[in-house]
Amino acid sequence: MTILKVDSVSAGYVPESNILHDLSLELNEGEIVSVIGPNGAGKSTLLKTIFGLLKPKSGKIQLKNEVISGLKPFRIAQKGVSYVPQVNNVFPSLTIQENLEMGAFIRSDDYSDTMEEVYTLFPVLKERKNQKAGQLSGGQRQMVAMGRALMLKPEVLLLDEPSAGLAPIFVSSIFDKIKEINATGVSIIIVEQNAKEALKMSHRGYVLAMGQNVLDDKSDALLANEEVGRLYLGG
Amino acid sequence: MIELIVYGIVLGSIIALGAIGLTMVYRIVGFANFAHGEFMTGGAYVALFVVTILLPWIGFPDSRFVPLSFGWRMVIAFPIAMAVVAILAIALDKILYKKLRAKKSGPVILAMASLGASFIIRMTILIIWGSDYIFYRPGLMRPALDLPLSVKIRPDQIFIFCAAIFLVILLHLFLKRTKMGKAMRATADNTDLALVTGIDTERIIAWTWAIGGGLAAAGGVLYGIDVQLHPGMGWNFLIPIFAATILGSIGNIYGALIGGFVIGIAQQVSTAFLAPTYKLAVAFMIMILILLIRPQGIFGKE
Ligand SMILES: Nc1ncnc2c1ncn2[C@@H]1O[C@H](COP(=O)(O)OP(=O)(O)OP(=O)(O)O)[C@@H](O)[C@H]1O
Ligand SMILES: [Mg+2]
Repeated sequence: MTILKVDSVSAGYVPESNILHDLSLELNEGEIVSVIGPNGAGKSTLLKTIFGLLKPKSGKIQLKNEVISGLKPFRIAQKGVSYVPQVNNVFPSLTIQENLEMGAFIRSDDYSDTMEEVYTLFPVLKERKNQKAGQLSGGQRQMVAMGRALMLKPEVLLLDEPSAGLAPIFVSSIFDKIKEINATGVSIIIVEQNAKEALKMSHRGYVLAMGQNVLDDKSDALLANEEVGRLYLGG
Repeated sequence: MIELIVYGIVLGSIIALGAIGLTMVYRIVGFANFAHGEFMTGGAYVALFVVTILLPWIGFPDSRFVPLSFGWRMVIAFPIAMAVVAILAIALDKILYKKLRAKKSGPVILAMASLGASFIIRMTILIIWGSDYIFYRPGLMRPALDLPLSVKIRPDQIFIFCAAIFLVILLHLFLKRTKMGKAMRATADNTDLALVTGIDTERIIAWTWAIGGGLAAAGGVLYGIDVQLHPGMGWNFLIPIFAATILGSIGNIYGALIGGFVIGIAQQVSTAFLAPTYKLAVAFMIMILILLIRPQGIFGKE
């Protein structure tokens, strides 16, 4: 079943020009979908638009059967979508624990169970829960950012380049965590520079260029596609 | 000399109450609020109204906590002054600054608007109360206590220091322990991420004004208790509180606290060498020196 549907969306940062042109994407329940493409293709812009930080100028975005395009980010968050931005995705002067608490800001119920789940997923965060997020390594910061997003118990998780700037050993461990999160039933859209790795762990992939759909297919098919390999997967 | 340092600490605690609000507003709302001094004046005059008109009118008895110069009337007036100014500060944001933010006006436009607001508030107070210097309790002898090291200090001044520290501790606990306080720090850290997290940043801004306005009002009342009231009092505090803010690194609450004490002490100690009328010039000089030597302030990163 389709959980999130981006339907011919055009969007941009200024009124005169669009970055996304008639872009479409579908995420099915339980899936990991990768979005790949060259720098400046509009991958981050796509996630921002889904999350309501940018308003589509045409087209619509649906979560299950409800149109969410035009809603404010916190409304979209309340409906079960969490977003981890590409950069500046933690509160540096807050402790790890406080970062997670902020993730649950709009929850009025008891979220201590969720916090335990996040700590179980990322044990290192529990060990350092009173340390400021700004003092952590890049990999741990990424874990805080994901943990923060998971505090809402989202159905859909939007990840913008979770492996950016990480040492190779951390890249694979972050990807393992993403698979674990997915296994708990969270549907995930992941934007990645590490396109090959991302495709390997995802069910399907979308290739974007200049704000437009170029290709979408099952991940295996994209990995096997020579042209995709040459243009987007670095050889 | 030691006596001047002690007086400087008293003055510094008042400056700090102004500077903390100024620095919070700068960090979270994003501009230098030139009307901040007027929040101090406003607080002082609201308390004056409550102490000398409202409470006598409802027949609230006069009292005095000897050896302090004030009694229960001031105890009631103090939080009222803080609350009224807090509400005024939120109202000013809603009718003026918020409109400018919605138009995506830059920090310079907002600062200029605040300068205009400061004139309006000051003139309003001037029209209502006149330009005289006023005491909360006129004609009272205020003997000083003799402390060791030949320090003479009035009991009121000890109270002022304690009250300021008490408020700072309350603020600290609010920021560290409460959900709203943590959300405020989160917003100060990264407004975009706060939005993404679902924090209603407009609500945080309102809280920031309330706290900044309330603390400034407290500073104004304390200054009124220490010295006297005058419609220009807050305006005269503007340079010291800006100097304290910049010295303590703009946006840093604890820096503003330290900066307040440093500026207060520097101002008082300078009177040993210079005429007291140069006190403001001293604060101004320090501010210029910091801007030239270390513009990021003592707690700022390179
Ligand atoms: N805040 C912004 N304001 C205006 N233009 C922007 C903004 N952010 C990005 N852009 C522009 O939008 C286009 C797409 O940027 P986007 O960040 O979506 O690309 P991306 O595919 O995520 O690239 P990268 O791999 O570098 O992260 C670029 O031309 C960029 O210059
Ligand atoms: Mg990007």
